[in-house]
Amino acid sequence: MNELIDHIKARFPIYDVIESQPGQIFVSLEASKLIPMITSLKTNHGFTVLVIFTAVDWIEDDKFQITYVLNNPKEKQDLGIRVFIHRDDATMESIHHLWKHAATFQRELKEMFGIDFPGSPGVDDPFLLEGWDNIPPMRRDFDTKKYSEETYFPRPGRETNDPATFMKQMLYPDD
Amino acid sequence: MSEKKQTEQDKFLAPENKKHTVIGPDGEEIQVDPLNDYFCTDLPKVEAPYKGVLEKFLNWARAESLWVLSYGTGCGSIELPPLFSPRFDAYRFGVAMRPTPRQSGVLIISGYLAVKTLKRVIRSYEQMQNPKYVIALGSCTINGGMYWDSYNTINRLDHYLPVDVYIAGCMPRPEAILAGFNKLKERIKSGNAEGANEYIEKLEWYKANQKKIIKDWNMPTYNW
Amino acid sequence: MFPEADEQGMPVMDLDSQKYIKIWQGPNHPGVTGNMSLELTISGDEIMHAKTHVGYLHRGFEKLFERRRYIQCFPTCIRMCVPEPDINEYNLARGTELLAGIDVPPMADWIRMLVLEMARLQVLLRMVPGQAGTIGLGLGAQWGLYYRELILDRFEELTGGRIYHMYILPGGVRGLLPDGFKDRLEDNLKKVESFMKDIDRLIYSNAVFKKRTKGIGIIPNDWIEPYGITGPVARAAGYQTDIRLDYPYLFYNQLEFDYNLEHESDVFARFRVRRKDVDTTVDLLRQIMAKMPDKGDFKAETPNVLHWKVPKGETIVRCESSRGEYTFYMVADGSMYPRRINLRGPSYTHAVAVLEKLLINANISDVSPIMVSLATCPPEIER
Ligand code: SF4
Repeated sequence: MNELIDHIKARFPIYDVIESQPGQIFVSLEASKLIPMITSLKTNHGFTVLVIFTAVDWIEDDKFQITYVLNNPKEKQDLGIRVFIHRDDATMESIHHLWKHAATFQRELKEMFGIDFPGSPGVDDPFLLEGWDNIPPMRRDFDTKKYSEETYFPRPGRETNDPATFMKQMLYPDD
Repeated sequence: MSEKKQTEQDKFLAPENKKHTVIGPDGEEIQVDPLNDYFCTDLPKVEAPYKGVLEKFLNWARAESLWVLSYGTGCGSIELPPLFSPRFDAYRFGVAMRPTPRQSGVLIISGYLAVKTLKRVIRSYEQMQNPKYVIALGSCTINGGMYWDSYNTINRLDHYLPVDVYIAGCMPRPEAILAGFNKLKERIKSGNAEGANEYIEKLEWYKANQKKIIKDWNMPTYNW
Repeated sequence: MFPEADEQGMPVMDLDSQKYIKIWQGPNHPGVTGNMSLELTISGDEIMHAKTHVGYLHRGFEKLFERRRYIQCFPTCIRMCVPEPDINEYNLARGTELLAGIDVPPMADWIRMLVLEMARLQVLLRMVPGQAGTIGLGLGAQWGLYYRELILDRFEELTGGRIYHMYILPGGVRGLLPDGFKDRLEDNLKKVESFMKDIDRLIYSNAVFKKRTKGIGIIPNDWIEPYGITGPVARAAGYQTDIRLDYPYLFYNQLEFDYNLEHESDVFARFRVRRKDVDTTVDLLRQIMAKMPDKGDFKAETPNVLHWKVPKGETIVRCESSRGEYTFYMVADGSMYPRRINLRGPSYTHAVAVLEKLLINANISDVSPIMVSLATCPPEIER
């Protein structure tokens, strides 16, 4: 695995290399270098399976992290690649030509995070939601509790407690 | 329907439901407006119960043959097949599964309802013949349960459909569901299970609630 | 007769030409899969185009996890996959342990393995006889449900719940096995084995069943990696994959078993792989019961779960579900709430990309056997 990382380092500007488990490495990369790197990994290094393709919202830094986890079934290695893009004009290159099911992931990311993948087949079709007219729900500034309370008639009398304070009152009422 | 509303509805219409021209077998052109041509736009009427012994007899008959629409909507649907297997054997209570809404009298909402499913459930309910009853399984249908703060599941079923019996639990055991069926029977025999009429009496309120969350309402109001 | 293609290679089908009809299958489902619908364009009884629609069970789990503490995620996360909830518990617990650096006592790992295998057996007992229901042979499913109840009884004894167990927690499990549990489980296994002999005669040597399922829904070998196909579906094509053997977790490296392979890659081959999986699972359960220690520590020390801050990091955890590889991707940001928990189940590709492709030119009556052979489970697509 380390050889591979050295090899990639020589050709692509990767940083933040972290080994989370044996045989599982996460690296960060500039968004513009992603397609060349993934293509090279797929064709030359045996990373032929796309396991995970998802996004994380780092709203504090005003960024989306898109994670691609590739798997090498022969050597039993996983390589996670993170790229960061801006939240405002969230656009990323599509990888539907490399994996057939990537288009599904991209459709979901478009709907849930509002990240656009120009050129991906059917990326604008609704996937899970029907008639959604709010900001994409997985963005962190979308408040699901508020939305639910406004839309879905909460039953009066249903109590919600903060678990930490509630348990403290139950267990140590005198403190 | 007013002009403005019509265009709003058009936005969500599937292409085959828009007004269009069809060429017939002999080359003649036919204008079709699927929403008005294919569906009945009349609103339903209340069917007043009969009086006296006749109604009692009918209620007894209704209560003893509850045919359930086999449509599972949530986690609870995994406890329904065991209910019809040898161990719990719901058939001995006259409960049977039917594959189509036209033949069934009981709709079981077996858990959380996503907005997309709610639309289908309402349609199934409206297609069922009178008299019809609704059983709601699990805390999700009562107050939102696990998903009380989720943006895509409803919190209270009784705002969208008239519910006859709630069965609490997350998820309710098959025994609890059987008890629920018995409760429903009692309710029918005592003549209280008038959910279908209630739905029609308060149709406007129900429809307003439904349209509030189904934002792409693109079908006739009732029984499309 | 075949539709012409437009410049993007998509077939053009003019519904008004009266050659094609569009029908919907679902969202009600044929037997043991979940609620999803297929929009089929057919010509005669041949399918020209298929499109999967999901979202009928979308609950927004991944959003809800943003508002839940780690321990609060547990009762929620198991509801992600209804037929087989335990893999969710295990993956979430394992991911939290990896991120927080907690070592689990060996006894707990053995019990976890027992629970996971019991869950697999329970699913298979519903799947294997149930798959014949898709072509109209519903008897096996009725029998199978009875034997599944036996396993659910054992779960109830062990954990208190029939379907949802919440037995695996970060740091270990909730308790030890009750007295005499192994004997009773062994009893059930014997019954299951004899039931499987019936199933072999009822289903697997049934001429109609064979005729209906052989030679349809063939997945070529070169689809497997580009489509990300895993689990029994890949093994039916002769592709060696089983997370338990490839990336041994828990103590699977101490048990003896092998890949269950078939080579025809049609619907029947997939059903055969599932049938062999039952035998493997029964065998594994016996091995686990023989090898596991009787007593021991079953829970590691964890911080107060209500104030538990998990250090920053990210990881992926995977395990083998009855349907294939089941993977969690977890990101922690050092607070009490997880930053992101993403699930990728096998159906994500099986039910959308693969199914849409596989149905083209299939007969309309073969849709449900193909769907069930891929073991589609919409809740894990939409969460
Ligand atoms: S009440 Fe519980 S078991 Fe039933 S649908 Fe809701 S979460 Fe699932």
